[in-house]
Amino acid sequence: MQYLLSVIHDSSALATSDEMAAIDVFNDRLQAEGHWVFAGGLGGPDTATVVDNRGGEALFTDGPFVESKEYLVGFWIIEAADLDVALRLATDGSKACNRKVEVRPFL
Amino acid sequence: MSDVSEAITRAHHEEWARVVAVLTRRFGDLDIAEEAAAEAFAVAVERWPADGVPPNPGGWLTTTAHRRAVDRIRRESKRDDKQKEARVLYGDDPPEPVDVFDGAVEDAIEDERLRLIFTCCHPALAPETRVALTLRMVGGLTVPEIARAFLVQETAMGRRITRAKAKIKAARIPYRVPSAEDLPVRVSGVLAVLFLIFNEGYLATGPDTGPVRPGLTAEAIRLTRLIRALMPDDGEVAGLLALMLLIESRRTARVSASGELVALDQQDRGAWDAALIAEGHRLVRERLASGVAPGRYQILAAVNAVHTSARDVRDTDWSQVVALYDQLVRLDPSPIVALNRAIAVAELDGPEVALAAVDRLEGKLAGYHAYHVTRADLLRRLGRSGQSRAAYDRAVELAGNTAETAYLIRRRDQLG
Repeated sequence: MQYLLSVIHDSSALATSDEMAAIDVFNDRLQAEGHWVFAGGLGGPDTATVVDNRGGEALFTDGPFVESKEYLVGFWIIEAADLDVALRLATDGSKACNRKVEVRPFL
Repeated sequence: MSDVSEAITRAHHEEWARVVAVLTRRFGDLDIAEEAAAEAFAVAVERWPADGVPPNPGGWLTTTAHRRAVDRIRRESKRDDKQKEARVLYGDDPPEPVDVFDGAVEDAIEDERLRLIFTCCHPALAPETRVALTLRMVGGLTVPEIARAFLVQETAMGRRITRAKAKIKAARIPYRVPSAEDLPVRVSGVLAVLFLIFNEGYLATGPDTGPVRPGLTAEAIRLTRLIRALMPDDGEVAGLLALMLLIESRRTARVSASGELVALDQQDRGAWDAALIAEGHRLVRERLASGVAPGRYQILAAVNAVHTSARDVRDTDWSQVVALYDQLVRLDPSPIVALNRAIAVAELDGPEVALAAVDRLEGKLAGYHAYHVTRADLLRRLGRSGQSRAAYDRAVELAGNTAETAYLIRRRDQLG
Protein backbone atom coordinates (compact mmCIF):
# COMPACT_ATOMS: atom_id res chain seq x y z
CA MET A 1 0.00 0.00 0.00
CA GLN A 2 1.37 3.40 -0.96
CA TYR A 3 0.66 6.77 0.63
CA LEU A 4 1.38 10.30 -0.49
CA LEU A 5 2.75 12.46 2.32
CA SER A 6 2.23 16.04 1.16
CA VAL A 7 4.27 18.69 2.90
CA ILE A 8 2.11 21.78 3.41
CA HIS A 9 3.51 25.21 4.25
CA ASP A 10 2.73 28.89 3.91
CA SER A 11 6.07 29.85 2.38
CA SER A 12 8.32 28.30 -0.23
CA ALA A 13 11.44 29.33 1.70
CA LEU A 14 13.95 26.49 1.55
CA ALA A 15 14.44 24.27 4.57
CA THR A 16 17.08 25.51 7.01
CA SER A 17 20.28 23.52 7.32
CA ASP A 18 19.03 21.97 10.57
CA GLU A 19 15.80 20.95 8.84
CA MET A 20 17.74 19.57 5.84
CA ALA A 21 19.90 17.51 8.15
CA ALA A 22 16.83 16.11 9.93
CA ILE A 23 15.16 15.35 6.58
CA ASP A 24 18.28 13.45 5.45
CA VAL A 25 18.21 11.34 8.60
CA PHE A 26 14.49 10.65 8.06
CA ASN A 27 15.03 9.76 4.37
CA ASP A 28 17.85 7.36 5.28
CA ARG A 29 15.53 5.68 7.75
CA LEU A 30 12.72 5.38 5.17
CA GLN A 31 15.17 3.63 2.85
CA ALA A 32 16.66 1.40 5.53
CA GLU A 33 13.20 0.27 6.71
CA GLY A 34 11.86 -0.31 3.20
CA HIS A 35 9.29 2.51 3.19
CA TRP A 36 10.99 4.71 0.60
CA VAL A 37 9.44 5.07 -2.85
CA PHE A 38 10.17 8.64 -3.89
CA ALA A 39 10.40 12.17 -2.50
CA GLY A 40 11.01 15.68 -3.67
CA GLY A 41 10.77 19.38 -2.93
CA LEU A 42 8.78 21.68 -5.20
CA GLY A 43 9.14 25.22 -6.48
CA GLY A 44 6.60 27.68 -5.09
CA PRO A 45 3.15 28.37 -6.60
CA ASP A 46 4.66 31.37 -8.44
CA THR A 47 6.62 28.93 -10.58
CA ALA A 48 3.53 26.91 -11.60
CA THR A 49 1.89 26.79 -15.02
CA VAL A 50 -1.52 25.24 -15.53
CA VAL A 51 -2.18 23.45 -18.81
CA ASP A 52 -5.74 22.76 -19.97
CA ASN A 53 -6.02 20.68 -23.12
CA ARG A 54 -9.54 19.41 -22.60
CA GLY A 55 -10.84 21.54 -25.46
CA GLY A 56 -8.34 20.34 -28.04
CA GLU A 57 -6.36 23.57 -27.97
CA ALA A 58 -3.91 23.70 -25.08
CA LEU A 59 -4.39 26.69 -22.83
CA PHE A 60 -1.49 27.77 -20.61
CA THR A 61 -2.16 29.79 -17.48
CA ASP A 62 0.49 31.39 -15.32
CA GLY A 63 0.28 30.52 -11.63
CA PRO A 64 -1.21 27.74 -9.52
CA PHE A 65 -4.62 26.15 -10.21
CA VAL A 66 -5.90 27.43 -6.90
CA GLU A 67 -4.63 30.34 -4.82
CA SER A 68 -4.32 29.48 -1.16
CA LYS A 69 -2.43 30.63 1.89
CA GLU A 70 -0.87 27.21 2.37
CA TYR A 71 0.25 24.98 -0.45
CA LEU A 72 2.23 21.90 -1.41
CA VAL A 73 5.97 22.47 -1.00
CA GLY A 74 7.17 18.88 -1.24
CA PHE A 75 6.17 15.27 -0.80
CA TRP A 76 7.12 11.74 0.04
CA ILE A 77 5.63 8.65 -1.50
CA ILE A 78 5.97 5.81 0.96
CA GLU A 79 5.18 2.14 1.19
CA ALA A 80 3.35 1.26 4.42
CA ALA A 81 1.27 -1.70 5.57
CA ASP A 82 -1.60 0.45 6.84
CA LEU A 83 -2.60 3.93 7.98
CA ASP A 84 -1.12 3.49 11.48
CA VAL A 85 2.32 2.91 9.97
CA ALA A 86 1.84 5.80 7.53
CA LEU A 87 0.72 8.15 10.31
CA ARG A 88 3.68 7.24 12.48
CA LEU A 89 6.07 7.96 9.58
CA ALA A 90 4.24 11.22 8.78
CA THR A 91 4.56 12.22 12.44
CA ASP A 92 8.33 11.81 12.26
CA GLY A 93 8.48 13.40 8.78
CA SER A 94 6.58 16.48 9.99
CA LYS A 95 9.01 16.83 12.87
CA ALA A 96 12.02 16.41 10.57
CA CYS A 97 10.99 19.03 7.98
CA ASN A 98 9.24 21.22 10.57
CA ARG A 99 6.12 21.53 8.41
CA LYS A 100 2.60 20.09 8.29
CA VAL A 101 2.12 16.80 6.44
CA GLU A 102 -1.09 15.49 4.85
CA VAL A 103 -1.43 11.71 4.45
CA ARG A 104 -3.45 10.26 1.57
CA PRO A 105 -3.68 6.74 0.24
CA PHE A 106 -3.07 5.82 -3.37
CA LEU A 107 -6.01 3.92 -4.82
CA MET B 1 -42.81 -7.96 25.95
CA SER B 2 -43.04 -11.57 24.78
CA ASP B 3 -40.26 -14.02 25.50
CA VAL B 4 -39.19 -14.02 21.86
CA SER B 5 -39.00 -10.26 21.45
CA GLU B 6 -37.15 -10.11 24.76
CA ALA B 7 -34.69 -12.69 23.41
CA ILE B 8 -34.23 -10.63 20.26
CA THR B 9 -33.59 -7.45 22.26
CA ARG B 10 -31.12 -9.30 24.46
CA ALA B 11 -29.39 -10.83 21.45
CA HIS B 12 -29.16 -7.39 19.89
CA HIS B 13 -27.47 -6.03 23.02
CA GLU B 14 -25.19 -8.97 23.53
CA GLU B 15 -24.41 -10.16 20.04
CA TRP B 16 -24.55 -7.19 17.66
CA ALA B 17 -20.93 -6.08 18.20
CA ARG B 18 -19.72 -9.69 17.99
CA VAL B 19 -21.47 -10.32 14.71
CA VAL B 20 -20.18 -7.09 13.15
CA ALA B 21 -16.68 -7.72 14.51
CA VAL B 22 -16.42 -11.31 13.35
CA LEU B 23 -17.73 -10.46 9.88
CA THR B 24 -15.44 -7.44 9.56
CA ARG B 25 -12.54 -9.77 10.28
CA ARG B 26 -13.72 -12.35 7.78
CA PHE B 27 -14.59 -10.00 4.93
CA GLY B 28 -12.25 -7.11 5.67
CA ASP B 29 -15.07 -4.64 5.14
CA LEU B 30 -17.09 -2.78 7.76
CA ASP B 31 -19.85 -1.93 5.33
CA ILE B 32 -20.48 -5.56 4.37
CA ALA B 33 -20.33 -6.57 8.04
CA GLU B 34 -22.77 -3.89 9.17
CA GLU B 35 -25.31 -4.63 6.45
CA ALA B 36 -25.12 -8.38 6.93
CA ALA B 37 -25.51 -8.03 10.70
CA ALA B 38 -28.59 -5.83 10.24
CA GLU B 39 -30.06 -8.38 7.82
CA ALA B 40 -29.39 -11.25 10.21
CA PHE B 41 -31.30 -9.47 12.98
CA ALA B 42 -34.14 -8.76 10.55
CA VAL B 43 -34.28 -12.47 9.71
CA ALA B 44 -34.33 -13.28 13.45
CA VAL B 45 -37.29 -10.94 13.98
CA GLU B 46 -39.08 -12.75 11.18
CA ARG B 47 -38.21 -16.37 12.06
CA TRP B 48 -37.73 -16.68 15.80
CA PRO B 49 -41.39 -16.13 16.71
CA ALA B 50 -42.33 -19.13 14.49
CA ASP B 51 -39.23 -21.33 14.74
CA GLY B 52 -38.35 -20.54 18.35
CA VAL B 53 -35.17 -18.91 19.70
CA PRO B 54 -32.14 -20.96 18.62
CA PRO B 55 -30.11 -22.53 21.45
CA ASN B 56 -27.08 -20.43 20.50
CA PRO B 57 -28.41 -17.06 19.28
CA GLY B 58 -24.93 -15.60 18.71
CA GLY B 59 -23.84 -18.51 16.53
CA TRP B 60 -27.14 -18.47 14.63
CA LEU B 61 -26.86 -14.73 13.96
CA THR B 62 -23.21 -14.98 12.89
CA THR B 63 -23.94 -17.85 10.50
CA THR B 64 -26.97 -16.07 9.05
CA ALA B 65 -25.03 -12.82 8.64
CA HIS B 66 -22.13 -14.71 7.06
CA ARG B 67 -24.47 -16.23 4.43
CA ARG B 68 -26.00 -12.83 3.71
CA ALA B 69 -22.54 -11.31 3.27
CA VAL B 70 -21.49 -14.08 0.89
CA ASP B 71 -24.71 -13.56 -1.09
CA ARG B 72 -24.02 -9.85 -1.37
CA ILE B 73 -20.44 -10.40 -2.51
CA ARG B 74 -21.57 -12.95 -5.11
CA ARG B 75 -24.16 -10.51 -6.42
CA GLU B 76 -21.65 -7.69 -6.59
CA SER B 77 -18.86 -9.75 -8.09
CA LYS B 78 -21.19 -10.97 -10.79
CA ARG B 79 -21.70 -7.33 -11.57
CA ASP B 80 -18.04 -6.32 -11.47
CA ASP B 81 -14.97 -8.46 -10.93
CA LYS B 82 -14.59 -12.05 -9.90
CA GLN B 83 -11.19 -11.36 -8.42
CA LYS B 84 -12.65 -9.31 -5.62
CA GLU B 85 -14.72 -12.26 -4.50
CA ALA B 86 -11.67 -14.50 -4.52
CA ARG B 87 -9.67 -11.99 -2.53
CA VAL B 88 -12.37 -11.35 0.02
CA LEU B 89 -13.39 -14.96 0.48
CA TYR B 90 -10.02 -16.61 0.40
CA GLY B 91 -7.86 -13.76 1.71
CA ASP B 92 -4.88 -13.96 4.02
CA ASP B 93 -6.86 -15.11 7.03
CA PRO B 94 -9.22 -17.98 6.42
CA PRO B 95 -12.30 -17.57 8.62
CA GLU B 96 -12.21 -19.47 11.89
CA PRO B 97 -15.13 -21.75 12.70
CA VAL B 98 -16.90 -19.50 15.18
CA ASP B 99 -20.15 -21.39 15.22
CA VAL B 100 -18.74 -23.50 18.01
CA PHE B 101 -18.47 -21.22 21.01
CA ASP B 102 -15.74 -22.94 23.00
CA GLY B 103 -13.48 -20.96 25.33
CA ALA B 104 -10.65 -20.24 22.88
CA VAL B 105 -13.05 -19.06 20.21
CA GLU B 106 -14.82 -16.93 22.79
CA ASP B 107 -11.49 -15.21 23.56
CA ALA B 108 -10.84 -14.68 19.88
CA ILE B 109 -14.24 -13.02 19.52
CA GLU B 110 -13.64 -10.73 22.49
CA ASP B 111 -10.48 -9.75 20.71
CA GLU B 112 -12.49 -9.09 17.54
CA ARG B 113 -14.80 -6.71 19.36
CA LEU B 114 -11.83 -4.85 20.77
CA ARG B 115 -10.44 -4.47 17.25
CA LEU B 116 -13.80 -3.08 16.16
CA ILE B 117 -13.85 -0.48 18.94
CA PHE B 118 -10.32 0.67 18.22
CA THR B 119 -11.09 1.01 14.52
CA CYS B 120 -14.24 3.06 15.19
CA CYS B 121 -12.32 5.36 17.55
CA HIS B 122 -9.29 5.79 15.29
CA PRO B 123 -7.62 9.21 15.65
CA ALA B 124 -7.67 9.71 11.86
CA LEU B 125 -11.48 10.07 12.14
CA ALA B 126 -13.12 13.27 13.37
CA PRO B 127 -14.28 13.06 17.02
CA GLU B 128 -17.99 13.31 16.15
CA THR B 129 -17.48 10.58 13.55
CA ARG B 130 -15.86 8.32 16.14
CA VAL B 131 -18.90 8.75 18.37
CA ALA B 132 -21.35 8.02 15.54
CA LEU B 133 -19.41 5.03 14.23
CA THR B 134 -18.99 3.53 17.71
CA LEU B 135 -22.72 3.82 18.41
CA ARG B 136 -23.53 2.21 15.05
CA MET B 137 -20.94 -0.57 14.80
CA VAL B 138 -20.38 -1.42 18.46
CA GLY B 139 -23.62 -0.20 20.05
CA GLY B 140 -25.90 -1.36 17.24
CA LEU B 141 -27.95 1.87 17.23
CA THR B 142 -29.57 2.63 13.89
CA VAL B 143 -28.60 5.67 11.83
CA PRO B 144 -31.94 7.43 12.61
CA GLU B 145 -31.41 6.77 16.33
CA ILE B 146 -27.91 8.26 16.23
CA ALA B 147 -29.11 11.21 14.15
CA ARG B 148 -31.83 11.91 16.74
CA ALA B 149 -29.35 11.57 19.57
CA PHE B 150 -27.13 14.29 18.15
CA LEU B 151 -29.83 16.43 16.53
CA VAL B 152 -28.37 15.92 13.10
CA GLN B 153 -30.42 15.29 9.95
CA GLU B 154 -30.71 11.59 9.24
CA THR B 155 -29.24 11.97 5.75
CA ALA B 156 -26.29 13.96 7.11
CA MET B 157 -25.63 11.31 9.77
CA GLY B 158 -25.91 8.58 7.14
CA ARG B 159 -23.37 10.39 4.98
CA ARG B 160 -21.01 10.86 7.91
CA ILE B 161 -21.03 7.13 8.66
CA THR B 162 -20.74 6.15 5.00
CA ARG B 163 -17.83 8.53 4.51
CA ALA B 164 -16.09 7.10 7.59
CA LYS B 165 -16.47 3.54 6.33
CA ALA B 166 -15.10 4.58 2.94
CA LYS B 167 -12.10 6.28 4.55
CA ILE B 168 -11.37 3.27 6.75
CA LYS B 169 -11.30 1.12 3.65
CA ALA B 170 -9.46 3.42 1.23
CA ALA B 171 -6.85 4.73 3.68
CA ARG B 172 -6.56 1.27 5.24
CA ILE B 173 -7.22 2.14 8.84
CA PRO B 174 -6.12 -1.14 10.37
CA TYR B 175 -8.55 -3.52 12.01
CA ARG B 176 -6.54 -4.44 15.05
CA VAL B 177 -5.72 -3.68 18.64
CA PRO B 178 -2.96 -1.03 18.53
CA SER B 179 0.65 -1.89 19.30
CA ALA B 180 1.80 -1.62 22.92
CA GLU B 181 3.54 1.65 22.06
CA ASP B 182 0.31 3.29 20.83
CA LEU B 183 -2.06 1.53 23.24
CA PRO B 184 -2.27 4.03 26.14
CA VAL B 185 -3.09 6.95 23.83
CA ARG B 186 -5.55 4.88 21.82
CA VAL B 187 -7.34 3.54 24.91
CA SER B 188 -7.74 7.05 26.22
CA GLY B 189 -9.19 7.98 22.81
CA VAL B 190 -11.78 5.21 23.16
CA LEU B 191 -12.63 6.29 26.72
CA ALA B 192 -13.02 9.89 25.55
CA VAL B 193 -15.62 8.73 23.00
CA LEU B 194 -17.52 6.77 25.65
CA PHE B 195 -17.42 9.66 28.13
CA LEU B 196 -18.72 12.02 25.45
CA ILE B 197 -21.67 9.72 24.80
CA PHE B 198 -22.29 9.48 28.54
CA ASN B 199 -22.10 13.23 29.12
CA GLU B 200 -24.49 14.01 26.31
CA GLY B 201 -26.91 11.63 28.01
CA TYR B 202 -26.34 13.01 31.49
CA LEU B 203 -26.62 16.70 30.63
CA ALA B 204 -27.93 17.14 27.11
CA THR B 205 -26.27 20.14 25.48
CA GLY B 206 -29.23 21.24 23.36
CA PRO B 207 -32.69 22.57 24.25
CA ASP B 208 -34.50 20.25 21.83
CA THR B 209 -34.17 16.96 23.71
CA GLY B 210 -35.06 15.83 27.20
CA PRO B 211 -32.60 17.34 29.72
CA VAL B 212 -31.39 13.89 30.73
CA ARG B 213 -31.29 11.05 28.21
CA PRO B 214 -31.09 7.69 29.98
CA GLY B 215 -30.77 5.83 26.67
CA LEU B 216 -27.40 7.41 26.02
CA THR B 217 -26.04 7.05 29.55
CA ALA B 218 -27.11 3.40 29.57
CA GLU B 219 -25.45 2.78 26.22
CA ALA B 220 -22.21 4.45 27.34
CA ILE B 221 -22.19 2.34 30.52
CA ARG B 222 -22.89 -0.82 28.56
CA LEU B 223 -20.01 -0.16 26.15
CA THR B 224 -17.67 0.77 29.00
CA ARG B 225 -18.58 -2.50 30.74
CA LEU B 226 -17.68 -4.27 27.52
CA ILE B 227 -14.27 -2.55 27.36
CA ARG B 228 -13.80 -3.35 31.05
CA ALA B 229 -14.49 -7.04 30.36
CA LEU B 230 -11.99 -6.93 27.50
CA MET B 231 -9.30 -4.96 29.36
CA PRO B 232 -9.82 -5.84 33.04
CA ASP B 233 -6.36 -4.64 34.11
CA ASP B 234 -6.61 -1.11 32.77
CA GLY B 235 -7.04 1.33 35.67
CA GLU B 236 -8.55 4.14 33.62
CA VAL B 237 -11.15 1.81 32.10
CA ALA B 238 -12.19 0.80 35.62
CA GLY B 239 -12.04 4.46 36.65
CA LEU B 240 -14.33 5.58 33.84
CA LEU B 241 -16.83 2.81 34.58
CA ALA B 242 -16.84 3.75 38.29
CA LEU B 243 -17.25 7.43 37.39
CA MET B 244 -20.20 6.72 35.11
CA LEU B 245 -21.90 4.46 37.66
CA LEU B 246 -21.54 6.99 40.47
CA ILE B 247 -22.90 9.82 38.32
CA GLU B 248 -25.67 7.63 36.93
CA SER B 249 -26.68 6.63 40.46
CA ARG B 250 -27.91 10.22 41.01
CA ARG B 251 -29.76 10.54 37.70
CA THR B 252 -33.33 10.25 38.96
CA ALA B 253 -32.68 12.72 41.80
CA ARG B 254 -31.21 15.22 39.43
CA VAL B 255 -34.31 16.61 37.73
CA SER B 256 -37.33 17.71 39.78
CA ALA B 257 -40.94 16.82 39.03
CA SER B 258 -41.30 20.27 37.47
CA GLY B 259 -38.41 19.57 35.11
CA GLU B 260 -35.78 21.63 36.88
CA LEU B 261 -32.19 20.60 37.47
CA VAL B 262 -31.55 19.82 41.14
CA ALA B 263 -28.09 20.80 42.43
CA LEU B 264 -26.05 18.18 44.28
CA ASP B 265 -26.64 19.81 47.67
CA GLN B 266 -30.42 19.85 47.13
CA GLN B 267 -30.86 16.29 45.91
CA ASP B 268 -32.91 13.67 47.74
CA ARG B 269 -30.08 11.29 48.55
CA GLY B 270 -32.55 8.57 49.39
CA ALA B 271 -33.45 8.47 45.69
CA TRP B 272 -29.89 7.64 44.67
CA ASP B 273 -29.38 4.15 43.26
CA ALA B 274 -27.68 2.19 46.03
CA ALA B 275 -26.68 -0.74 43.80
CA LEU B 276 -24.87 1.49 41.32
CA ILE B 277 -23.17 3.32 44.19
CA ALA B 278 -22.02 0.04 45.74
CA GLU B 279 -20.59 -1.13 42.43
CA GLY B 280 -18.88 2.22 41.80
CA HIS B 281 -17.38 2.24 45.30
CA ARG B 282 -16.14 -1.31 44.84
CA LEU B 283 -14.30 -0.29 41.66
CA VAL B 284 -12.80 2.80 43.31
CA ARG B 285 -11.58 0.69 46.25
CA GLU B 286 -10.12 -1.84 43.85
CA ARG B 287 -8.13 0.89 42.10
CA LEU B 288 -6.95 2.38 45.40
CA ALA B 289 -5.77 -1.06 46.49
CA SER B 290 -3.79 -1.51 43.26
CA GLY B 291 -1.31 1.12 44.43
CA VAL B 292 -0.88 2.35 40.85
CA ALA B 293 -0.99 6.14 40.40
CA PRO B 294 -4.50 7.02 39.20
CA GLY B 295 -5.36 8.79 35.94
CA ARG B 296 -8.04 11.44 35.48
CA TYR B 297 -11.06 9.12 35.37
CA GLN B 298 -9.98 7.32 38.53
CA ILE B 299 -9.52 10.64 40.33
CA LEU B 300 -12.91 11.89 39.14
CA ALA B 301 -14.45 8.59 40.23
CA ALA B 302 -12.89 9.07 43.67
CA VAL B 303 -14.40 12.59 43.89
CA ASN B 304 -17.79 11.11 43.10
CA ALA B 305 -17.20 8.35 45.64
CA VAL B 306 -16.71 11.05 48.30
CA HIS B 307 -20.03 12.66 47.34
CA THR B 308 -21.92 9.39 47.21
CA SER B 309 -20.49 8.34 50.59
CA ALA B 310 -22.12 11.30 52.34
CA ARG B 311 -25.66 10.48 53.49
CA ASP B 312 -26.23 14.18 54.03
CA VAL B 313 -24.55 16.95 52.06
CA ARG B 314 -23.24 18.33 55.40
CA ASP B 315 -21.29 15.10 55.89
CA THR B 316 -19.30 15.64 52.67
CA ASP B 317 -15.55 15.41 53.21
CA TRP B 318 -14.65 18.57 51.26
CA SER B 319 -10.98 18.48 52.23
CA GLN B 320 -10.80 15.09 50.54
CA VAL B 321 -12.52 16.50 47.44
CA VAL B 322 -10.09 19.43 47.28
CA ALA B 323 -7.12 17.08 47.77
CA LEU B 324 -8.35 14.96 44.85
CA TYR B 325 -8.74 18.03 42.65
CA ASP B 326 -5.21 19.09 43.61
CA GLN B 327 -4.05 15.73 42.34
CA LEU B 328 -6.07 16.18 39.14
CA VAL B 329 -4.70 19.69 38.54
CA ARG B 330 -1.22 18.20 38.49
CA LEU B 331 -2.28 15.76 35.74
CA ASP B 332 -4.50 18.16 33.85
CA PRO B 333 -3.93 21.86 34.51
CA SER B 334 -6.94 22.87 32.41
CA PRO B 335 -9.20 25.80 33.43
CA ILE B 336 -12.23 23.48 33.71
CA VAL B 337 -10.47 21.37 36.34
CA ALA B 338 -9.46 24.58 38.13
CA LEU B 339 -13.12 25.69 38.07
CA ASN B 340 -14.31 22.44 39.63
CA ARG B 341 -11.59 22.65 42.25
CA ALA B 342 -12.76 26.18 43.13
CA ILE B 343 -16.32 24.87 43.69
CA ALA B 344 -14.96 22.49 46.33
CA VAL B 345 -12.73 25.22 47.80
CA ALA B 346 -15.86 27.32 48.40
CA GLU B 347 -17.13 24.65 50.80
CA LEU B 348 -13.79 24.35 52.59
CA ASP B 349 -12.43 27.93 52.67
CA GLY B 350 -15.54 29.98 51.89
CA PRO B 351 -16.99 31.64 48.81
CA GLU B 352 -14.62 34.63 48.88
CA VAL B 353 -11.49 32.52 48.40
CA ALA B 354 -13.25 30.48 45.73
CA LEU B 355 -14.45 33.57 43.86
CA ALA B 356 -10.90 34.93 43.64
CA ALA B 357 -9.81 31.62 42.06
CA VAL B 358 -12.78 31.59 39.68
CA ASP B 359 -12.24 35.19 38.57
CA ARG B 360 -8.72 34.31 37.50
CA LEU B 361 -10.23 31.94 34.91
CA GLU B 362 -12.25 34.59 33.10
CA GLY B 363 -9.89 34.90 30.14
CA LYS B 364 -10.23 31.20 29.34
CA LEU B 365 -13.78 30.40 30.39
CA ALA B 366 -15.81 33.54 29.62
CA GLY B 367 -17.78 31.60 26.97
CA TYR B 368 -18.45 28.56 29.17
CA HIS B 369 -21.80 28.52 30.95
CA ALA B 370 -20.54 26.64 34.04
CA TYR B 371 -18.07 29.45 34.72
CA HIS B 372 -20.95 31.93 35.00
CA VAL B 373 -23.11 29.47 36.97
CA THR B 374 -20.31 29.11 39.52
CA ARG B 375 -19.68 32.86 39.77
CA ALA B 376 -23.40 33.57 40.11
CA ASP B 377 -23.69 31.13 43.00
CA LEU B 378 -20.58 32.42 44.80
CA LEU B 379 -21.66 36.07 44.39
CA ARG B 380 -25.13 35.17 45.70
CA ARG B 381 -23.60 33.57 48.80
CA LEU B 382 -21.51 36.71 49.32
CA GLY B 383 -24.66 38.85 49.17
CA ARG B 384 -23.54 40.65 46.00
CA SER B 385 -26.97 40.36 44.36
CA GLY B 386 -26.49 42.76 41.47
CA GLN B 387 -23.35 41.04 40.22
CA SER B 388 -24.88 37.65 40.88
CA ARG B 389 -27.90 38.55 38.76
CA ALA B 390 -25.66 39.62 35.87
CA ALA B 391 -23.76 36.32 36.10
CA TYR B 392 -27.04 34.33 36.12
CA ASP B 393 -28.16 36.27 33.03
CA ARG B 394 -24.98 35.32 31.21
CA ALA B 395 -25.27 31.69 32.37
CA VAL B 396 -28.87 31.48 31.12
CA GLU B 397 -27.79 32.86 27.75
CA LEU B 398 -25.09 30.22 27.39
CA ALA B 399 -26.84 27.17 28.88
CA GLY B 400 -28.55 24.88 26.37
CA ASN B 401 -30.06 22.29 28.70
CA THR B 402 -33.72 23.02 29.44
CA ALA B 403 -33.66 21.77 33.05
CA GLU B 404 -30.57 23.78 33.81
CA THR B 405 -32.02 26.93 32.24
CA ALA B 406 -35.19 26.55 34.38
CA TYR B 407 -33.07 26.12 37.51
CA LEU B 408 -30.89 29.14 36.75
CA ILE B 409 -33.87 31.39 36.03
CA ARG B 410 -35.49 30.45 39.35
CA ARG B 411 -32.27 31.07 41.28
CA ARG B 412 -31.86 34.43 39.56
CA ASP B 413 -35.42 35.47 40.29
CA GLN B 414 -35.03 34.53 43.97
CA LEU B 415 -32.23 37.08 44.42
CA GLY B 416 -33.24 39.90 46.73
